[in-house]
Amino acid sequence: MHKTVNQKAWLFVVPVVGLVAFNALIPLMTVVNYSVQETFGDNVFFWEGVKWFEQVLNSDRFHDSFLRQLAFTGMILVIEVPLGIVVALSMPRKGPWVSVCLVLMALPLLIPWNVVGAMWNIFALPDTGLLGRMINGLGIEYNFTQQPVAAWLTTVLMDVWHWTSLVVLLAYAGLCSIPDAYYQAAKIDGASSWAVFWRIQLPKLKRVLTIAILLRFMDSFMIYTEPFVLTGGGPGNTTTFLSIDLVKIALGQFDLGPAAAMSLIYFLIVLLLCWVFYTLMMRGEEQ
Amino acid sequence: MKNQKWLVPTFYIVFLMLPIYWLLNMSFKTTNEILGTFSMFPLEFTLDNYKKIFTDPTWYNGYLNSITYVVINTLISVTVALPAAYAFSRYRFLGDKHLFFWLLTNRMAPPAVFALPFFQLYSAFELFDTHIAVALAHCLFNIPLAVWILEGFMSGVPKELDETAYLDGYSFWRFFVRIFVPTIAAGIGVAAFFCFMYSWVELLLAKTLTSVAAKPIAATMTRTASTAGYELGLLAAAGTLTIIPGAVVIYFVRNYIAKGFALGRV
Repeated sequence: MHKTVNQKAWLFVVPVVGLVAFNALIPLMTVVNYSVQETFGDNVFFWEGVKWFEQVLNSDRFHDSFLRQLAFTGMILVIEVPLGIVVALSMPRKGPWVSVCLVLMALPLLIPWNVVGAMWNIFALPDTGLLGRMINGLGIEYNFTQQPVAAWLTTVLMDVWHWTSLVVLLAYAGLCSIPDAYYQAAKIDGASSWAVFWRIQLPKLKRVLTIAILLRFMDSFMIYTEPFVLTGGGPGNTTTFLSIDLVKIALGQFDLGPAAAMSLIYFLIVLLLCWVFYTLMMRGEEQ
Repeated sequence: MKNQKWLVPTFYIVFLMLPIYWLLNMSFKTTNEILGTFSMFPLEFTLDNYKKIFTDPTWYNGYLNSITYVVINTLISVTVALPAAYAFSRYRFLGDKHLFFWLLTNRMAPPAVFALPFFQLYSAFELFDTHIAVALAHCLFNIPLAVWILEGFMSGVPKELDETAYLDGYSFWRFFVRIFVPTIAAGIGVAAFFCFMYSWVELLLAKTLTSVAAKPIAATMTRTASTAGYELGLLAAAGTLTIIPGAVVIYFVRNYIAKGFALGRV
């Protein structure tokens, strides 16, 4: 759409900018302020320069939780995206079952995040939970509160349960927007269903899948509540992701300087990813 | 092969429903039964867990608190997002693209980064432990979300609509309220739904900004889980009740839900 240049449009945007800036800029300045100072209580602060940044960037603790975060995000993407496409491809296109599928599949997305954690805790407990009982019944020893591997698998499975539907819904919306003429042409050419998928469906899904992948990337990168309620970051530190670690340092130990420095580093990483997201999305829009 | 296609979504939905069923199952059991026996159905069916939630003020106030701040937040977010989204969809102005991007960065900002400064900011304004504090804090990610979704819907409305209305002698605000808002009613509904939802599912900020008077239901649950030993039945009943609002409204937005999650870009 052609847009007219009108500087008065700023007046429409002022309330939004005001409210968001109040929530975003003031806290951000507080964080910057803490990140360069040392305090011994009583609101007495000393200038420390970049000491906290060096400390955080060189600490094994930050490296570990960052690597755990990357591994977690990688794992859920590898599982959720193909699974979501497969489910979307096999969903009915019309008829009464469409609504049933859409509503039931969207349900996990609307459950409060701590309830998701609590629900999976109850579901996976080795002695009282259905999942825990089932796995132990197969003769495999399983206790996610004590075994690091089991805790990891349970956290990943929980996220797959929670968010795969997002990929399904987006991929399904993309599939529905492919005109019938494309399929008819493929039929005349005698294309196999595999060829239809690679040559027609996947290229047409590129845009929605970009959005799905990047949204899942971002959201899993700031995951906090679900694993916190499920495992509390344990056993040990094995499921302590970036956000959990940050809250531990900031609100648990009250180490304001290191926590602030870590916040800024964390935020910069997210900002960088955000820029990539925006560029890719806008490029898709212009085409 | 073709006839077995329905198996995939069926298995997927069964997988989605299992934990929810288990939660429901637990909510109708007594604590003794949960700890003592293992069964797929409640053997001694009880409504005590629900009764406790509806009679104990610390529990039902949690729900009222959550609903209060969620509704305030939805109203604020959609109201201020409407004119802004209109400006983004119709006009070019100085810094519009940068501003649009800046809004998006706030949707992507990890709440954990803001938890402590938010606590101090709202304490300084003496808003700590009030509904309005949580409602305003959630604006951080809900306003950008609402602007993006509404902008997506508004861009689908041809500009000729605006121009014809002006030719017919409508003033801007009369056009906006009488013609434009009804035209994008579906978009407003979807934006409101998503604001409601993201405010409803968020816990970290809501928990940080409240202690007693505005404590959300989710925080009440966390406390029960950690202090009162393990009252699993009660926890399950409370959890089940938090699913209901989403389950009720989802039916109305089922065809737009993908668009909402994609920030209005599908």
